[in-house]
Amino acid sequence: MRLIPPLSLWTLLRLLLACLLVGACDVVNAPVSQDLLGRNVLLSSYSETPKHLDSVASYSNNETPWTYAIYEPPLKYHYLKRPYELVPRTLAAMPVVTYYDKAGRVLPANAPGARIARSVMELRVKPGIRYQPHPAFAADEAGRLLYHELTPAELEGKRAPGDFARSGTRELVAADYVYAIRRLATPRIESPAFGFLSEHITGLKAYGERIKQVNSKMKEGLSAREAGRFGHLPWLDFRQHGFPGAEVVDSHTLRISIDGKYPQFKFWLAMTFFAPLAWEVDAFYSQPGMKARNLTLDTWPVGTGPYMLTEYTPNHRMVLQRNPNYRGEPYPCEGEPQDRAEGLLADCGKTTPFIDGMVSVIEKEGSPMTAKFLQGYYDMPQFERGEPGTAMQVAIDDDTGRARELLAHKIKLPSTLQVGLWYYGFNWLDPVVGAGRTPDEAERNRKLRQAIAIAFDFEEFIQIFEDNRARPNVGPVVPGLFGSDAVKFNPQVYDLIEGKPRRKSIDEARRLLAEAGYPDGREAKTGKPLVINYDTQGVGPGYKARNDWTSKQFAKLNIALEIRNTDYNRFQDKMRKGAAQFFSWGWLADYPDPENFLFLLYGPNAKVKGDGENTANYKSAEFDALFEKMKDLDDTPERLAIIRRMSEIVQKDGVWLFGWSEEYTGAYQQWLANGKPSNIIRDSLPYLRLDPQRRLELVRQWNAPQPWPLAWFGVGLLALIVPAWMAWRRRQRATALAARTA
Amino acid sequence: MLAYLARRIAYGLLVLIGINLVTFLLFFQVNTPDDMARLQLGGKRVTPDAIAKWKAERGYDRPLYVNPQAQGLRQVTDTVFFDSSARMFAFDFGPADSGRNIASEIRRRAWPSLALALPVFIVGLGVSITLALGLAFFRGTYLDFWGSVICVAMMSISSLFFIVAGQFVFARLLQLVPVSGFDVGPDAWRFLLLPVAISIVARLGGETRFNRTLFLEEINKDYVRTARAKGLSEPAVLFGHVLRNALIPILSSSVAVIPLLFMGSLITESFFSIPGLGSYLIEAIAAQDFAVVRAMVFIGSVLYIIGLILTDLSYSWADPRIRLQ
Repeated sequence: MRLIPPLSLWTLLRLLLACLLVGACDVVNAPVSQDLLGRNVLLSSYSETPKHLDSVASYSNNETPWTYAIYEPPLKYHYLKRPYELVPRTLAAMPVVTYYDKAGRVLPANAPGARIARSVMELRVKPGIRYQPHPAFAADEAGRLLYHELTPAELEGKRAPGDFARSGTRELVAADYVYAIRRLATPRIESPAFGFLSEHITGLKAYGERIKQVNSKMKEGLSAREAGRFGHLPWLDFRQHGFPGAEVVDSHTLRISIDGKYPQFKFWLAMTFFAPLAWEVDAFYSQPGMKARNLTLDTWPVGTGPYMLTEYTPNHRMVLQRNPNYRGEPYPCEGEPQDRAEGLLADCGKTTPFIDGMVSVIEKEGSPMTAKFLQGYYDMPQFERGEPGTAMQVAIDDDTGRARELLAHKIKLPSTLQVGLWYYGFNWLDPVVGAGRTPDEAERNRKLRQAIAIAFDFEEFIQIFEDNRARPNVGPVVPGLFGSDAVKFNPQVYDLIEGKPRRKSIDEARRLLAEAGYPDGREAKTGKPLVINYDTQGVGPGYKARNDWTSKQFAKLNIALEIRNTDYNRFQDKMRKGAAQFFSWGWLADYPDPENFLFLLYGPNAKVKGDGENTANYKSAEFDALFEKMKDLDDTPERLAIIRRMSEIVQKDGVWLFGWSEEYTGAYQQWLANGKPSNIIRDSLPYLRLDPQRRLELVRQWNAPQPWPLAWFGVGLLALIVPAWMAWRRRQRATALAARTA
Repeated sequence: MLAYLARRIAYGLLVLIGINLVTFLLFFQVNTPDDMARLQLGGKRVTPDAIAKWKAERGYDRPLYVNPQAQGLRQVTDTVFFDSSARMFAFDFGPADSGRNIASEIRRRAWPSLALALPVFIVGLGVSITLALGLAFFRGTYLDFWGSVICVAMMSISSLFFIVAGQFVFARLLQLVPVSGFDVGPDAWRFLLLPVAISIVARLGGETRFNRTLFLEEINKDYVRTARAKGLSEPAVLFGHVLRNALIPILSSSVAVIPLLFMGSLITESFFSIPGLGSYLIEAIAAQDFAVVRAMVFIGSVLYIIGLILTDLSYSWADPRIRLQ
């Protein structure tokens, strides 16, 4: 897809001259062609080239605009409904789960988690779903695959799937999902999900070991270079190696077996780790010479989704085009109460995708990206990030910078709260702020933590650093999730006055500090000042103000704060070794379930002992027991009560300062409809609808060139050149002696 | 001359080996493969198994310098050092940590970098020399005074300011050029116009001041007076004599950077979204792709050494009295 037709210098000069003389101004600053502006193609940008597009390895947010448009996991989130709701994507219906006990007997759906030895879910794939056109499927009349025994000569000049003369497709079958699940165990590309999923999917761990051995056998006799990414290994055909955790039942049905009960598994089925992979594609990309030409699944993904990648120039441009084989899915007809008023239900029942493609170009810096968005050359500044929209909303709220332009251009800036949080934590293993060795020490340490929690004024933080576009958290479960309102406020930090929570006074914090053995911030026994070490990954001037603010909170209690900021690697290293005392970190949800936040405080997940995500190394027998019970429950009142108790426990223990959750703001041009921001839903492209004619009109209106001020530059230049020229001439004509006059 | 050249190349090779060793130590001893794996795999759910797999995939699980498990020559060649550093001498950079082939990326990105850097170098040098000669010609006058003041002011302003201001004025206010972007082929000039102009202006102050100082040293010398006494025109005196005699320091500062033009400009490419080698390096640093960073450091060193050798050669061209022995 060529973006810009050539514009010669002469044409440009004529355009500018016409603009200057007769006011007939045409757009000359467009980074894309007017033809493209008039087509049904979304224009956007990205700030970081994706590291992985292979469904096994891709896990970063910045990869999702492409992966979720191309791959189709079995489930997806309902585009409009909140709280988030899972719905089938390629499945005919939501998976049916059957529970079994140790003896293999079927258990009722409400059986307690402890009795369940195995959960089996059957997934029925919709018939008639077809893959995007791809050379891996190209076959001759006899059905022989055309590009599966390529010689180096045949690969000459091939840099993209589109370089192959022929392409083909085939129907999606259950075996493709099974193949993809088996491939999670591949030793050839690291999957961030494998370690976790192998703890749940029956036999996946042992299968991983088996595959490792198969792979090692293939490596025999080869040097590491020949066997590694520098060299070539034969195709690892996962059809030949099965395991009981993922099986094909019939052509369109597969069965996944889970050890015990793991209700959150359904959320994983909405991630691209479970996207189908046709064996033909894996075999195609495994041919010798493909890797050296960047012809890999990691660069050129293949799926059944609404779009396919047709251009990929890392660090420059990525182009998605409508998959001609896509079946089309109806736009949702239900949503949140306000969705109808906001026009988000206007396309109810219409077939998606509405947009023919997406052209994304790299923008590493924020200012050119915003400038081009305001000029109308981007329909959305960035697909996967909410920060640009938040900055624009702040500009409007503060009536600064581009506020007037944003309003005049009728930029739509809907926002939602991110399913994630930033928090401060105490290391539970630390003798000063941790659990404590004796009940007395534990209580004193708890009071110290509580005093610090009271002093930490997150409302102020949000005002200063988040421009009021965030919300302080009262517990570990963030707003928008089931269980987030189980506790209304944190009684350890706030008092309820006239029905409203009000932060406890600093005097109260000082009293607690004295009770903890540090009156006025000094050790009662020795008189030495109390010094807390704060570990943070924030390096650079941008973090200085935040660190200063953190010091200020401690200073309220006369506690000295030693800031030890390091890069992310060193920070992680310290956390793994348990060397941090007080630290800050963040968490963005994998899926919208309270379990995905409460597990951050589950004892067996401790960072030091288990290299898990419990960064505070928190351990509470009651909390852990409740967690084990809660994780197996559906969203019932019983689960809510358990979450409430768990929240109260961590509030009381004060192992975290619960920090804040940021807003996620979408930014959409007025001609782009159906935009609804979310950091959970990643497949929103097919739902968006744009009016390219309106875009073209407004872009022309907003970008009329203003060449006349150039005249001032010319005048300024002349003002420099003319005196210089005159002085030059004068000097050149001067004689050594002045002419004598009679 | 040939002996001199051979000696310089040999010195260059030694320097290159030194740089290569230091780079390797920095990337593999100070920053261990485990650290790299953790950075590449991200902050979530990074298991020891995933780290081991990441290292094995890239061959970073082998010994650094000597592989006792291998046989014969493979004890040396089947090591991290050989694959990651020694092979660079054959310009075999292998794949990036992200998986893409580094050599093909470098080949593709060198041209956008050159398309930006070459006009900046040539036009910038021409303009700064002309302006400096002008200021030297008008030495002691108000033109020289204000010219020098403007040069100092331009030197004091960060190039970032020129970029942001240039984008704002020419692309946002006057809407004459695209804010950023790039395209190959005949339309590339539209995207290069602003970054080239800004890059020239950003370096103009410093270069003009530097060249003016060189020319002022020459302009009062006897041979200049003799040239004028012979009746030569002022342009002939300035460009034919003064410039020629002041060329050595100009060559010192200019020729050495010619090969480095391939390396691109980190900031300009980043702000104008030009997919050159500068932005490749920036992106690799941001993504902690050390394989790319190592390759770019190596290429940068090679080009710099070539630049220094070319500088030496250019001396004898500029001043026939200089003999390279």
